[in-house]
Amino acid sequence: MSEQAPLITMQLMGKNYRVPAGLTIMAAIEYAGYKLVRGAGCRGGFCGSCPTLYRREGNHRIFTALACQTLVEDGMCLVQMPFVPLITRPYDLYTIKPQANTLLQHFPEIAGCVACNTCTRSCPQGLPVMDYIQASLRGDIERAALLSFDCISCGICSSRCPADIKHYAVGLLARRLYGKYITPNAPDLAERVGAIETGDFTAELDALMALSAAELRSRYEQRTFEVAAEQEDPYSATRSYNSAMDPVDYQDELEVSR
Amino acid sequence: MEISDGYPAAMRQSIARVEATRSARLGRTFPAMSLDERKALLLSHHPDYKAGAKRPLLFGSGKGMSLNHELTDLFEARPLVRASLDLSKIDHDVDLLVIGGGGAGTVAAIWAVKAGLDPRKVLVTTKLRHGDSNSTMAQGGIQAADRPEDSPAQHFLDVMGGGHFTNQPELVRALVQDAPLIIQWHEHLGMMYDKDANGHFIEHPGGGTSRNRMHSARDYTGLEMMRVLRDEARNLGIPVIEFSPVIELLCDDEGRVSGAVLINLETRHYHIVRARATIITTGGLGRLHMQQYPTTNHYGATADGLVLAYRVGAKLVDLDAVQYHPTGAAFPAQMAGLLITEKVRGLGAQPLNCDGEQFVFPLEPRDVEASAFIRECAERGKGIKTPQDMCGVWLDAPMVDLIHGPGTIREALPAMFRMYARFGIDMTRDPILVFPTLHYQNGGIATDEHGATSVPGLYAAGEVMGGVHGKNRLMGNSLLDFNVFGRRAGMAAATYAREHPAGKLSLAHVAAYEAMLHDAGIATTRTAPRILPDYRGKEALDRYLDIPL
Repeated sequence: MSEQAPLITMQLMGKNYRVPAGLTIMAAIEYAGYKLVRGAGCRGGFCGSCPTLYRREGNHRIFTALACQTLVEDGMCLVQMPFVPLITRPYDLYTIKPQANTLLQHFPEIAGCVACNTCTRSCPQGLPVMDYIQASLRGDIERAALLSFDCISCGICSSRCPADIKHYAVGLLARRLYGKYITPNAPDLAERVGAIETGDFTAELDALMALSAAELRSRYEQRTFEVAAEQEDPYSATRSYNSAMDPVDYQDELEVSR
Repeated sequence: MEISDGYPAAMRQSIARVEATRSARLGRTFPAMSLDERKALLLSHHPDYKAGAKRPLLFGSGKGMSLNHELTDLFEARPLVRASLDLSKIDHDVDLLVIGGGGAGTVAAIWAVKAGLDPRKVLVTTKLRHGDSNSTMAQGGIQAADRPEDSPAQHFLDVMGGGHFTNQPELVRALVQDAPLIIQWHEHLGMMYDKDANGHFIEHPGGGTSRNRMHSARDYTGLEMMRVLRDEARNLGIPVIEFSPVIELLCDDEGRVSGAVLINLETRHYHIVRARATIITTGGLGRLHMQQYPTTNHYGATADGLVLAYRVGAKLVDLDAVQYHPTGAAFPAQMAGLLITEKVRGLGAQPLNCDGEQFVFPLEPRDVEASAFIRECAERGKGIKTPQDMCGVWLDAPMVDLIHGPGTIREALPAMFRMYARFGIDMTRDPILVFPTLHYQNGGIATDEHGATSVPGLYAAGEVMGGVHGKNRLMGNSLLDFNVFGRRAGMAAATYAREHPAGKLSLAHVAAYEAMLHDAGIATTRTAPRILPDYRGKEALDRYLDIPL
């Protein structure tokens, strides 16, 4: 019962191609006969290597998307961006300090943000990009880190920005500062690493390595399983680190989506 | 075709049966299989045991090894350069060449520099962009036994059993012993792992694990890791050449690997790299589409590293075993084959057949779980058909919010939620359809616990290397694997490079390989490495003219 998809017209880099409806933009480009070298990476929405600019018939706007995550539309007029150039000043995370002016010092151009919101409108991940740039400007590293977390560094925001901000690089530094300095270190980890380094687990591993195949199988079958711990909602946005939602807007958003 | 909220009517009928059984299934989980039951199921339904899908290698260090045709084809293929290629002009003369810019390669380069190499004398070369890799796509997490309830020995047992005791024990030992150290390094690099208010990692179970030791960063764990590692490598000043895959290794006159030939994908001109040590970190093989399976892998995953290593005589291991991830998306068609992270099951979503019934323990090792899905669709006829004639089983995603509270899916699985939402499906309300998808190369180039291959000067790390996972990898051990062995290979290669100056470059092994092909009676026009798969439309290709421009 496989159905034949109707053909639609896509205008790719100035030429019209008839392609089946229902394909992603990337699949449509390949269907048209292109062998991609640039503009294709993970093909699953994670790597950010297929940013695409397009217009729609009857609309004055420029739209942006990831080619692997967006369906081709009739009348779409599109071009792929190979990448967005990026040069950043190197830093040493071990010596840089997470102060209110750290992000601004490292990326002074964020002071030029005119709050036009084009970055947010163009983000294929739907992130509040302008909000995290504004948070960076205010020195709120935590908010910048959390709001930018789902960034795939496609660079579309940067290509559209009138202030030439490198949003995705700002977010990356904010997240690294947050992960290293603002989130507490895991309490048990240092102890475990120390114990491994002093050889506390060596004998136990030696013993397992010395077992015969049959003995190892029976040890495996006799393993005990950890009972699913009844943790108190570990995903609470207001109480845990790296929560997916903006802590400020989170409750509102939940109310709306219910 | 009538679509309501993303699904056609026929699928909606089955969803109604899933909803009808949901409340009764909460808190009731299908029992796990015994080792004997697992084995019987694998033999009857896993693609690795499918008759006629494989043929043996006829020559070389892996002679007699029975591999999927798609892989054997690559070994039975002609090199892209002749042995007579002019090697007199050396474009890059370095201490260490790292072939592959994914997780393993980036970790290896960083640790080679930390071990004392001058970053300017390290070179990373990659086929696509730095970081375009399977590493970036990893969602679920990374294992490390770092809680008091857990131990490296417990992790060791899980890994060995998950691999059906075919793993190399000394590699597994290195993996589990280094794991907490790697997590600590990541913490120092500022990776944002999910933590509770006191800084404890939020750790989940995964298929085949007996303790909760899966550390994650929402469901963007690999992305978070890769972008931090890439940033660290850039800050250290390690040079990376993008869009320039290696098409052949170079040896010196004593047969030690001493660099490589790169090809610039845009200008098609070659570069010669002379290197004191070389690490292959080219990743996996999903884009070979074994047995026509769709894949979760990135565009460049074409097993190039295996071909390069085989040509210089490196030993291979466990390549007969390919991992089919149980939960690849089966609907909508645009998502076919994309990874649905195991974390969805880790958070409580159950796999169900068309009647809304459980038929397998949700967290069996991956090969067992995948085989159970295939059996449900094929032999038992209890799968769900899509309008494109694909078949799959349900994964009851809404259970996650029922168990952990509303909002959990959006917080813990934002990538999954976003991806389905783009195609009109709300996974907080409806189940999602899944079927096994080609996911991981379990085996690969054989190495010792420091990443050294059987050929002097050549190291391997990450997915391209084999032995640590045996015939089946558990979730969360690949992100771990590329960190542990990337680091070890980087440090070992740095030591080797300090002690061994590069000799006179040679492609004699290419001539020898051509002779082996000839002697084995293989006459072919196929070439390898493959570099990129071809997805061009048939209509366009039918009228393709290969004219000079």
